[in-house]
Amino acid sequence: MSAFAATFSDALALLTTFDHNVAAIVALSLQVSGAAVVLGTLIGLPLGACIAVGRFPGKSTLSVLINGMMGLPSVVVGVVVYLFLSRSGPFGGLGMLYSPAAMVAAQTLLVVPLMAAITRQVVDDVWQRYAEELQVMRFSWWDSVTTLLHDCRHSLLVAVLAGLGRAMSEVGAVMIVGGNIDGATRVMTTAIALETSKGDLALAIALGVVLILIILALNALAFGLRHWAMRRFG
Amino acid sequence: MAILPLRIRDLRYAPNGREVLAGIDLELGDEGITLVLGPNGAGKSVLLRTICGLVEPSSGVLAWGRDGGSRPQQGVMMVFQHPMMLRASVLQNVVLGLKPLGVAAGERRRRGLAMLERVGLADRAGDSARQLSGGEQQRLALARAWLTRPRLLLLDEPTASLDPSASAAVERIIREIRTDGTRILMVTHNLGQATRLGDDIVFMAGGRVCEHTPVRAFFARPRSDEARLFIQGELPWRMRL
Repeated sequence: MSAFAATFSDALALLTTFDHNVAAIVALSLQVSGAAVVLGTLIGLPLGACIAVGRFPGKSTLSVLINGMMGLPSVVVGVVVYLFLSRSGPFGGLGMLYSPAAMVAAQTLLVVPLMAAITRQVVDDVWQRYAEELQVMRFSWWDSVTTLLHDCRHSLLVAVLAGLGRAMSEVGAVMIVGGNIDGATRVMTTAIALETSKGDLALAIALGVVLILIILALNALAFGLRHWAMRRFG
Repeated sequence: MAILPLRIRDLRYAPNGREVLAGIDLELGDEGITLVLGPNGAGKSVLLRTICGLVEPSSGVLAWGRDGGSRPQQGVMMVFQHPMMLRASVLQNVVLGLKPLGVAAGERRRRGLAMLERVGLADRAGDSARQLSGGEQQRLALARAWLTRPRLLLLDEPTASLDPSASAAVERIIREIRTDGTRILMVTHNLGQATRLGDDIVFMAGGRVCEHTPVRAFFARPRSDEARLFIQGELPWRMRL
């Protein structure tokens, strides 16, 4: 029991003293996952809205495919990105493997289907109600997409948060394409996995606490924002 | 190109074999307000949706303008019973129809504010459109359509769920739109409203036009048995001819 308490005490010390190592790992995690979510938002939200609004052959198949890819195993994505970025792969010349850029690419691939699937569902529900009036006003397909994305902006926070949660919590893909290199590609999840295997539970717990606090804070922010928006815009 | 008069010949719509429009013949002239009356299921709303292109008819002809052209790209608007309100301000909602017309943002704002003044919503310009009452939302929807300067405006029961005061405000705006030169075709179940607003009445039952006559003549001497029973409140629901 004393060892257990000592581990938590050490973890608390790491957090309260703003340990440089912990801070660097947290900063890189936020940079990588933040970049992946920004890219995922730019790709996933319009993609989901286009699928919802568009009328084209294979729309149902594409919707099922996107929904299915929400549960894509992160290690599989890691392997695919690894193959593309390895020296013999099509993008090997870019020299991106074992860099934060490779981790951003892998996480983006993970979050795009999730964000697109949620967006498709949210926008589709609104499109059913708005379609006739927008058609009467002669809205083009693209104008309809942008109008609906703007109208659903508060609901789509859920999609962005889901993407952020997926990006920040995944470990397999960033481990494979980033390599968990100390000071270069080590993020919270890979550090937790490594430190746990090494028996340094204090650092693992400290990082775990930070990870949970970040996700809780972002969810609270989104909840507050949505609540304000519902009162402001109905 | 002038899009009126509109001549409708033998218009039919029969999804899954169920005849909703069973051969509509109708002519809409250059001006005035035509009220469409009839029991539920008569095909009134479907007729409006067909005219504005939301429903593709099974057969028949809609001939637009004196040369009988095809459906115009602009000039026809429709206001629904429950109008769409974006999660945005009243001003952003009223200028929505100008966006596809390529009107610049500054000009959209100027015209939008002027229009809100005309419909009595200028003081609500910055409020959320969804926080307006039902009557105010309907005025906003009419203003949104009016702002695009339509030649033909289709109204699908715009006062169906409004109280008398809100209905009167909506009727006032409809008259102004008509005075402004817009041809109006409006579905209503309110016979009093028909006498107040309409120039002529199209009475429908069973997917057909039973009669198309001036308002006074319709109420004084209805030509069809269906119309006479309807006015007396005795027409069976969804009457089949």
